[in-house]
Amino acid sequence: MNAKFSLLACLAVASASSPSWAQTVDPNLGRNMAANCANCHGTNGASVGGTAVLAGQSRETLVKALTEFREGKRPATIMHQLSKGYSNEQIALIAAYLSTQKSK
Amino acid sequence: MKNQQRRRFLQASAASAISASLGGMAVTGCATTPASPPRPIGRVIVIGGGFGGATAAKYLRMWSGGTIEVFLVERNTEFVSCPISNLVLGGTRNIGELTRGYQGLREHGVQVLNDEVTAIDADKKLVKFRTKFSDMGYDRLIVSPGVDFMFDQVEGLTAEAQKTVLHAWKAGPDTVALRRQLEAMPDGGTYVLSIPRAPYRCPPGPYERASQVAFYFKQAKPRSKVLILDANEDVTSKGPLFKAAWRELYGGIVEYRNNSEVKGVDSRASTVRTDFDTIKADVLNVLPPMRAGDIARTTGLITANNRWCGVDWLSMESTVRKGIHVLGDATLAAPAMPKSGHMANQHGKLAAAAIVELMNGRQPSTEPMVANTCYSFVSDKEVIHVSSVHRYDAAQKTLVTVPGSGGVSAQRSELEGAYAGAWAQNIWSDMLS
Repeated sequence: MNAKFSLLACLAVASASSPSWAQTVDPNLGRNMAANCANCHGTNGASVGGTAVLAGQSRETLVKALTEFREGKRPATIMHQLSKGYSNEQIALIAAYLSTQKSK
Repeated sequence: MKNQQRRRFLQASAASAISASLGGMAVTGCATTPASPPRPIGRVIVIGGGFGGATAAKYLRMWSGGTIEVFLVERNTEFVSCPISNLVLGGTRNIGELTRGYQGLREHGVQVLNDEVTAIDADKKLVKFRTKFSDMGYDRLIVSPGVDFMFDQVEGLTAEAQKTVLHAWKAGPDTVALRRQLEAMPDGGTYVLSIPRAPYRCPPGPYERASQVAFYFKQAKPRSKVLILDANEDVTSKGPLFKAAWRELYGGIVEYRNNSEVKGVDSRASTVRTDFDTIKADVLNVLPPMRAGDIARTTGLITANNRWCGVDWLSMESTVRKGIHVLGDATLAAPAMPKSGHMANQHGKLAAAAIVELMNGRQPSTEPMVANTCYSFVSDKEVIHVSSVHRYDAAQKTLVTVPGSGGVSAQRSELEGAYAGAWAQNIWSDMLS
């Protein structure tokens, strides 16, 4: 990851929907990547049952969970494999998006 | 009567190219009236209401804020899921549990047309329908036709033979019919499942099917056999996990033969022929080689081996027909990308995001990502999975798996059985609700 992107991602985490950031980097990146989660965790993370509700969880909670899955520090059947597909910056964007969504 | 009204409605809509009234709202011409839907910026027609097309239709409405007019054309009145349908053969689910309506999409403003597109005019940007509707223009078209079957590749698999030698590789009445054949089979009989060379729809699907039939035989007719004739060199997905299940759960029931391509069928004698043998079966289940669905072929979207459609992975747009996007099993897959319902759903979202950008005069994201999970039931409760994550590689101009990501189950488990059930409920909801 280049430094510029990384910095921007950090800013994105610091202020969830900064308009200036949204215009410089693809503002839909977090939304699009979070849509990868929806197949098991429901549209926008609002699970209809049987899996964790991600919508409306705090960014910190989501980042911590995904990071721990990736590092093998949290028990998993599949999330340790899927979380390895995403960088820190991408996890931050996914978490920022899901944290603003409503659970059903 | 209703259809006639609808046809007139659509003709009027097509003529004016503005159909804000189709949602049942009054057309006031005032964009600021809160009750008015947004003025459409363009029209997308989606052909095929499966995992790819239904998802694309919903997400186009959602991500465009209702500004893109979306028509979904589907010849069936209800969606029947292929994933989980092997459990109908195993006897632990019924087909009704895998069936969903399209009402949820209508609530998103998707206009669902129960018809079939018989032709696409890519130059004039319009589609022709089989029965109810008049020709309709589009700004962008999504073709998500799934697969059709190359019956002529299996000698003797005539239209007549297909009445008894089922593939049941599209869930629905055939699934139920195959289950009835298994129920009618005497104890001590042999069920033969033939698997074509990869690529075909749902890589682990045939092996899950063999496991489900074996599960049923073990309960109901334990002297019976499941014989798998695989054209491939080895089990194409989750091999060690499937083989462990067959050995440990269905010892003496499942026999697996690799490099055993079925070249011919004799439906009257109920036999199949490979290069080495002629094998008699009590129930014959032949999966013919597959290719992109018929409408993709007649539209000239097929680019590879007379079978699959090449796409630009930044937008799912056809490499040979501008303005037409192809999703799901019909695509020429990127490296290590399975033809799965889960992946088709992901294609649908990738295309929806790209089309929203394109129709707003912007470029699609240069960093698309998709993921896949395929769960397989090896018994009524125990499940194994394979997963992968794919990102766009600008140098290779394709989606590639992210190094270190993905994998398979450590072992089969009931915990993953519960997750597989939750996966089904959530993905059906993600595409249809």
